Parts: sequence; structure tokens; C-alpha cells
Amino acid sequence: MVQAAVQSANSVDQGGERPWVGRSIERVEDAALLSGRGRFIDDLGVAPGTLHATILRSPHAHADILSIDTEAAKRLPGVAAVLTGEDVKAVTTTLVVGVKAPVECWPIAMDRVRYVGEPVAVVVATDRARAEDAAELINVEYRPRGAVVDPLGALASGAPVLHDGFPGNLASERTFRYGDPEKAFADAPHRFSIDIRYPRNSCTPIETYGVVASHDAGEDAYEVLANFQGPFSIHTVIARALKVPGNRLRLRTPPDSGGSFGVKQGVFPYIVLIAAAARVAGRPVKWIEDRLEHLAASVSATNRATTLAAAVAADGKILALDWDQVEDCGAHLRAPEPATLYRMHGNMTGAYDIGHVKIRNRVVVTNKTPTGLNRGFGGPQVYFALERLVQRIAIGLGLDPLDVIKRNLIDAGAFPYRTATGALLDSGNYQEAVSRAVAQGRLAELKAKRDEARAQGRLYGIGFTAVVEPSVSNMGYITTVLTAAERRKAGPKNGAQATATVGLDPVGSVTVHVASVPQGQGHRTVLSQVVADVFGLQPKDIRVNTEIDTAKDAWSIASGNYASRFAAAVAGTAKLAAERVAGRLARIAASQLNVEVVDIVFAKGFVASKHNPENRIAFSRVAALSHWSPGSLPDDAGQTIRETMFWTPPELTPPDEDDRINSSLCHGFIFDFCGVEIDRVTLETRIDRYVTMHDCGTILHPGMVNGQIRGGFAQALGAALYEEYAYAEDGSFLTGTLADYLLPTTTEVPEPEIIHMETPSPFTPLGAKGVGEGNCMSTPVCLANAVADALGVADITLPLVPARLAELVRGAEPPPPAGGAAVAPVREGDRRLRGEGQALVKGVPEQVWAMLLDPATLQSVIPGCQRVDKITDTHFRADVTLGIGPVSGRYRADVELFDLDPPRAVSLRGGATGALGFGNAEGRITLAPDGKDGTKLTYSYDAAIGGKVASIGGRLLDGATRVIIDQFFTALARKAGGGAPGGGFSLFALLAKVAGLFGGRR
Amino acid sequence: MTRLKADSRHSVRFSLNGKSVEGEAEPRMLLSDFLRHQLGATGTHVGCEHGACGACTIVVDGMLTRACLTLAAQVDGCEIKTVEGLAPSADRLGVLQQAFRRNHALQCGFCTAGILMSLDHYLASNPAPTEAEIRDLLSGHLCRCTGYTPIITAALEAAAKLASSKQETSDA
Repeated sequence: MVQAAVQSANSVDQGGERPWVGRSIERVEDAALLSGRGRFIDDLGVAPGTLHATILRSPHAHADILSIDTEAAKRLPGVAAVLTGEDVKAVTTTLVVGVKAPVECWPIAMDRVRYVGEPVAVVVATDRARAEDAAELINVEYRPRGAVVDPLGALASGAPVLHDGFPGNLASERTFRYGDPEKAFADAPHRFSIDIRYPRNSCTPIETYGVVASHDAGEDAYEVLANFQGPFSIHTVIARALKVPGNRLRLRTPPDSGGSFGVKQGVFPYIVLIAAAARVAGRPVKWIEDRLEHLAASVSATNRATTLAAAVAADGKILALDWDQVEDCGAHLRAPEPATLYRMHGNMTGAYDIGHVKIRNRVVVTNKTPTGLNRGFGGPQVYFALERLVQRIAIGLGLDPLDVIKRNLIDAGAFPYRTATGALLDSGNYQEAVSRAVAQGRLAELKAKRDEARAQGRLYGIGFTAVVEPSVSNMGYITTVLTAAERRKAGPKNGAQATATVGLDPVGSVTVHVASVPQGQGHRTVLSQVVADVFGLQPKDIRVNTEIDTAKDAWSIASGNYASRFAAAVAGTAKLAAERVAGRLARIAASQLNVEVVDIVFAKGFVASKHNPENRIAFSRVAALSHWSPGSLPDDAGQTIRETMFWTPPELTPPDEDDRINSSLCHGFIFDFCGVEIDRVTLETRIDRYVTMHDCGTILHPGMVNGQIRGGFAQALGAALYEEYAYAEDGSFLTGTLADYLLPTTTEVPEPEIIHMETPSPFTPLGAKGVGEGNCMSTPVCLANAVADALGVADITLPLVPARLAELVRGAEPPPPAGGAAVAPVREGDRRLRGEGQALVKGVPEQVWAMLLDPATLQSVIPGCQRVDKITDTHFRADVTLGIGPVSGRYRADVELFDLDPPRAVSLRGGATGALGFGNAEGRITLAPDGKDGTKLTYSYDAAIGGKVASIGGRLLDGATRVIIDQFFTALARKAGGGAPGGGFSLFALLAKVAGLFGGRR
Repeated sequence: MTRLKADSRHSVRFSLNGKSVEGEAEPRMLLSDFLRHQLGATGTHVGCEHGACGACTIVVDGMLTRACLTLAAQVDGCEIKTVEGLAPSADRLGVLQQAFRRNHALQCGFCTAGILMSLDHYLASNPAPTEAEIRDLLSGHLCRCTGYTPIITAALEAAAKLASSKQETSDA
């Protein structure tokens, strides 16, 4: 079966009479998607008169909002409404926060911004471009506060505090103790410990968020279409925020969604925001997020600081673990956080048999984008610490890392196995999986290759990882964040209700509906296979609908596309629903065919007698009977028109009194190893071979399973080697475009060697387990282990970009020599821009001086300048529109002159703010006769820039600065009547630059 | 050169997949938005609007073009081909599209249109590409679902099939 699965995984397997489940049939989704007929949210029409929203966002990581002036924006033709925090507050209430604390969480800033990109105003207009025009006219006055971006820094005394209700930025702290860890550590001969900083990243789907919302004032009811992915527990959060009961929030999803990987759970605050806008505007409102918004402010996986210690026997057996995790959830604790920290709670011992565990969990808030679901959800953070530690134990004890893994694996005879922290691992044979992977993946060959490479002086390393991949989350696991007493008070939460509906129409054709909300996984195809097998039909006979409409469809809080629950829970529930219908059809057919029910079989489009296949009736005829002649059904058959099945596994119980939690229903096993070579010169990491062994239980569609593995692998490779949501120390976001946040492309992603083993889960109807997230858990640390092996280093931090490896191998880079270029290079994370230069302008210094102080002249020579107002002789204000790279916008600059020494020198100090950024600068300009009736200007400046513009790479910024200064000089020279561009510098070249760049948007 | 007024709409006409189309656009309207929202050709997707993801790739006068980096007014009088023009008929897929379906070279399908356009354009003049050439060509496209290798496989398979069918045609 395994062999067949592997063989058929790479192409299609449509013929023959074998069951459909387990075969790689062509996807029913593909024809439309391949010919441009997909129906993604932005492809669907909207009601006539629908308005379009744009969101003005904070350029500051942490600041008080002193005032918001929306008057000019509201006056712009086509603008229907402008909402600030106050307006949103008038029609909504705060989003619920997942821990007990007096803290509010709004989808828009109220009177303080806490991360770059936080919504500050929503503009609703007849079209998107007009809404954006209006957003540029909004003036927001901020008073910046100190920001904190590091999770441990957030806990330090004196750190800026984000929320008064989270003293010292600590949103939650819990300690746990399982077994007798103190004794185990005291008795153990060895103790190993590791400190980990897991970075921020995101799986960034190529389709961004989209919401279309309307409000019926008569019934006070909302209708929302959004590419939300679930879990639908969030429906309760949205309804509560909109102050309506659940039955007045109709939430629908479009037929297609352009990827999610957890990320589109994070659209929900925008559902509240856009619904509120629709209510205020009195018309339907549509919002499609753009990519810059998505990168800066959609959602992120959590970054985490972890200290993990192990008590270890001499042979490498791990006796106890001591976890200390500090989880960084960003600026607000949004539902379902801090779930990332607790999703893995039952699995803190990984694939290993470890009896004693201590855990200290702290959740902190920092001035970064709030976190949420992301593929792997807590797994990458946990396994990076655990599997790095396993390698360190091996090195410390002089053992082979693989031997240490094997020594600790849970015994094959121990399943179902209860972990120390409460998970019930359903099935597996980890030893067999490892041994098959070692043989089929040719580990010996890789080791020989390493020896050979090293003999030649090359940097080659091998990494290993063993991982348990949890799937089908227990809806109660998050309550582990509460104490047992708090849980008793709140009432039990547990289970994972899945739903599936099977319907038969009057001509006997079959329709299936589920609430699994696929985002490209191919659920419709797999369900057609599952149900076709039950009814003896072909997949093409089954029509599957996966759109969800909470007003009409069967759903539960557990519905949605997350925690790899489809194959294990939803597909199994569809099977059960179909079997229930089939059972009734069998009774009808038995009475018509005059046979016993047990003699009935469904095959090849007929319902027939097993003993006498000729005695049969067409499936469609039996299936239609309930419509046409309910009176002729046997009394015990009931109706066969529509059957909705609900299924929740009994194994998913709430946390017990001792905080043990079976956090997930199924547990697949992954064993990865890889060989990497690091270029000695460039320190680029190249993957030589990556072997990934998966046991995800019964495989329903081999092509899709391999697709999930490859996709997860590629995202994990990105997380390991390239991707990081980087922030400067002041909270500026540094990776705001896809030119800065680097996703792997075809030239970076090799084909992993995928090996399968199938140990069915005893807990799921089809024996299937989840498979979609495993490589996001296993691959980053496997690559890190290989790189550590290649470089012989103990501490590795992701992503493994060459610059970071260079620091490991060669030490920190020395500072550049002083002097040199006119404009000092801007380093990432250092948003200061300094420069100096000279220019020649025709006209004596007195003339040039006069020009530089004349608003009319300045307005005509400053690039992008709309107006200059002279407040006093030494105080100017200007409105400037500038575009740098993909980011363009309007800035308001405010410049004061001082130390005036006419006509020889002047200093200026100024700041600028705009929708896209802010900045401050100081400069000095001196004018001197050049001896030929002209003036030589010498200038120097020192500026600091923040906000969205700061997220654009330094090179772009630097280049744009030069262009702007050059444009200024050219215009000034022209204005001065000089033919030759020489240039003067102006107070305002500086201003233009300050305003435009520093000031404004960079 | 015609000078367009920023605040007024201008008529834009071009050939879309062999049929002449017409609409009105402000000078600042992107071609991607024009195709999608004025003409209803929603097969061309928008993933980043700064030319990095490749989802909006189309062919303009025989040149691969990012629709999100092109203004609608720029293509007045041009010949444009989009993903809607790839299939031989509404109920049949072309060779390249079939290869994608057979090899599970798509999942969510959002980036797929741009990738198909790049490959369709490239294979027309490079009938026997190597894997390295395909990987190089597609390095300007981001896909978050597939891990790329099934796309490469599908492209090579389609190239072989197209080459052999051309061979058969010329033999006949």
C-alpha cells in the first residue's frame, strides 16, 4: 500500500476498480483555477453602490494620538465616511482577550498606537483610489513613546509599558509540574541547557485579506463575506464585538481562497472594522488589503525566547525537561492567543519518552504586530529548542545525534501513549520509521559525502530531527492558560466538533457540504472520493460545496481550516454521514429487492444483493425515492434527503486538575535528516539532500499529501534561511515589501525526498492524521542542526542568512572607516541618514539667500511640493508628495531656522509626518562666493526616519534621497537663471529631503 | 504624445485574447485593476502590486509584463493575452494546463495564472528547455503552496508533449 501510494503520488491514478480513497485522482478544483475562472473574494461582484475602504495606519511603534483632523478628508468628493477609533467605539465593543486581565483589544487605535501599521482611521469612498486620496489628507498628531520589541526586554524593569492591565507587559504567567522533575535533575549525572531566540515570520499567502460587509439597520444584523479560514470560535468574538447575537452575524466565505496557512484567521479584526464602517456609512463596504499592509500589519507567528534544560543519563537518555518560555504576542493579545504557546502543551516532550517535565510559560506584549495562526502554530518554536538541545546533548556526551534520538523515542509497543503533560499519542512505530528513512534515504552515503567534503576542507554538515506532528486541536487546550480553579468557574471547554452534510436530490445525485473552508488544499476532491466509495459511485458523481454560510449551514466553533483537521476529522465525518444515509438506502433497497439488509452492497452505480448481483436497482432510483414517494419507504428508514453528521472524538477531554491536556487528537511522526554545504566564501547554505519520513496514518490522496509536505517544506526552508519580520529597536518595521521579506523561489527550493509509512489512527473514522504542518515544525531545526554540524558552532539563530553566519564564523563586522562617501550608508536597523555635499548656484550669496527664504521659490523648486507656508520668518510648513519605491504619499513638514548668519550660514531643524512615515532632521548650510558671481553651498545633515517608509531597504532610500536633492538643485539653478545645474542647497533641499524622506515616508 | 488629464477618464481600447475590448480609465489606473474590475477578466490576480510576486503576469504585444506595474492607458492599441486565453475552448484545457493538473502543480491557484503565462510565452520560443532554465524563468514568481517542484515537472512534461505533437504535425 505504501509503495502504491508513493508511486501514484506524482501523477494521477484514475482507472481501475479499487476504492477511490488512497488514490491520486485529478483535482476537481483545477480546471477553473487553470483557466482564470477561480472565484476568489476580489473576483466576485458586489451590490450596486458598494463603497470601498482604505485604512490609515500608524507610522509609529508606540505613540499617543493627540489629535486626528479628518475634515479635509471628509470634504473630498466621493468620500462617504471617515471613521476614527472613537467612531468605531460608538458602534462596537472591545474584542475579547484570552487571558483574565483588565485589558481592551480594539481593531483600531483608540488614543494610543502600539505597533507600526495599527489602524488609525478608515476612509470609505466610492472607489479605492478616492479613499486613498482622502486618507492622505488626514492629519494625525502623535506624541511618540518609548517602544520595546524584544520579549525579554519587555519584562525588564523600566521597559515602556503597553497596557496598564498587563503590569510590566506580562499578559500571563503559569508554571506547570509533571512527575518529579526536581528529583530527576538532582539525580541525573548530566544537565544540558540551551537558550533560543525563535524569530518572527509568516507564511504570507499570495492572496491578501478581503472583506465585504453590510449592515441591515432594520434588523440590526450584519452580513459579511470574508476569506476567513476559521476557527469559527472567532465568529463569537466578532459578533460580540459588533454587539449582536450570533444569529445576526451572517458570515460567509468565497468559493476560492488564495492560500492561508493559518494567516487568514487574522482577518477577523478587519471584519469588525469594515462591518462597523458599513454600519456608519449605511452602505455595503468592501476592503481588499494590499501587500504592504499585509506584511506590516496582518498577523505574524510568535517569536519566542526559550531556555530549555534537560537532565540526562550517561547513555543519552533524557530523564526530565525544564522549559522556560517567553512568548511574544505583539501589541495586543488577540483571540485565540496565547494559543500558539499552548497548542503544543501536550507535546512538550516531542517524540520522546520523558517522564518528568517542568514548564514556566510567560506571555508578553511588545510594540509589534499582533500574532495569530501560522502553519506549524507553536511547533517550530518548541522543536527548535528541543531538537537543538538533543544535538547538544549528543555532542556533550560524545554520542551520535541519531543514537540519542533513538535512545529516547517512545517504544512502538507503548501506543496509545500518554505523555507526561497529557497528550494521548494515538499510534506509531517511530523506530521502524527511523530505520526505513535511514535505509531508503541513504544516510550512509550522506555520511561518506560529509567525510569526503571535510577532507577537502569544505563546510558540510548533517542534521537530524524527530518530531511528533499534532493535528485536530482540542478546543479546550487554550484553557490550560487558566488555573484549574479559573477553569472550574468558566465551565469546561473541549472537543472538536466536525460537521458534514450529505444530500440526495430528486434525481438521486449526491451533494456534500462541509465547513472545512479549504484555502487550496483540494478538500472537494478528497470528499468526492470518500463519499463515492460509500455509495459505490465515481467521484465525478459527487458534487462538493465547501463555501460556508453561518446563517444556513451546519457548523461549530471548531469548524474551519486549521490544526490540520481536514483529513482526520472532516473527511471522516463526511464518511460517517454518507454511511448513515447508505444505511437507510440499504433498508429501502432491501425491501425492494426482497433481501436482508446485510446482503446489500453499493457498487458501480447500483444497490445490489451481494449473493445475487443481478438482483439490483440503480443507486439514483433508490436515492430519489424519499423525494417522490416517501410513503413507500419502509417504516424504519426515515428520510434520505439530507443528513448532517456531527462528530467529536471522546479522547479530547478538558485539561484535568493537574493541568494535563490532550491538546490534539492525532499525532503523526516525522523523521528528517539532511546534508547541507556552506560556501566558505559567501556562507550561503545549499541543501544537498533533504529526506523527510512521514507517518500521517492512512493516506487519502497521495498527491495532495506530498503537496502538503512539499509546500510546508518550502515555507520552512524560507523560515530557516531567508524570512524574518524584522524590527528596528524603536519598533520600525524593516521588511515591508517582498523585496525585503524574502520568500524562497524556484531557484532556492530543492525537491525533498519524501518517504511514507502508514500507521492508521485508531481515533479517526478513516485512520488518517493531519500532515500539513509537520515540516514547518521539523525542517527549520533540521537545517539548523546541519548548519551547526557544518560550522561546529553551538548557538544558531534563524534565519541562517550569510551575514549572520559570517558573524558566527568570522566575528562581528568592523565599523566602516570614517569619512568617505558623501552619504553614509544606511544600515538596516539603523535608521539614521547622514550626509554632506556641495553645490554651485549662479547668483551671489545674498540672492541665493533670499531665494532660499522665499516660500514661492521654494514651492516651485522642492520636488513634489504642493504648498509652502511661512509661519514666521524662520518657521515654514510645507506639504510634499513623494514616492520612493512602491511607497508614495503626502507628508507635512515643519521646519525652523536658527543660528542665522545672513547671507553666510543657517541651521535648520525640522520634522515631517505623513501616512507612511515620519522623521526628524537637522542640517547646516553655508553659502560662500565662488569668485565668479556664483555661490558655493556646503551642506550637511543628520536625519532619522521611521514608519512604513523605513521598511524600504536602505539602498532605495539612499538612491531616492540623491535623486530628490539633485532635482532640488536643478530646479533651483533653473530658477536662479543659471543655465548650468550647479545647485544650491537649500534649507529646503534639506526640507524636501527631511520632509520627503525623513519626515515623510521613506 | 497624448497628454492625459489626471482627473478625467480616458478611453482605452485593446485586443484581449483576440477580441477587441474597450473601457474608460483614469490615467493612474493600473492595468491589473482595469482588466479585473473594468473588463471582468479576473483570472489575472494581484498579489503584491510592486512587481515582486508575479501573479499578475500577462503578455503585452508579445512581451511578458507585470500588469500591476503597467498603467491601463499604456496599453491602448496593444495585443494582450491573459490566462483566459490559454484554453482551446471553455470545456477543454490546453497541454500546459493539463500538465499542471496531472502533476498537482497548483493548490490554491492564486499564483498559477502568472506562472502559466510565463511558461506559455517561454515554451513558444524554447521548445526543449532544461530544468535549470525553467527554474530560472520562474524565479520571478512566488508560490506559497506547492514548493515549486511539481510546477517544474509539469512545465517539462508540457514542453515534451508540445514538442512531440509539433513533431507529429510536421511529419504528417
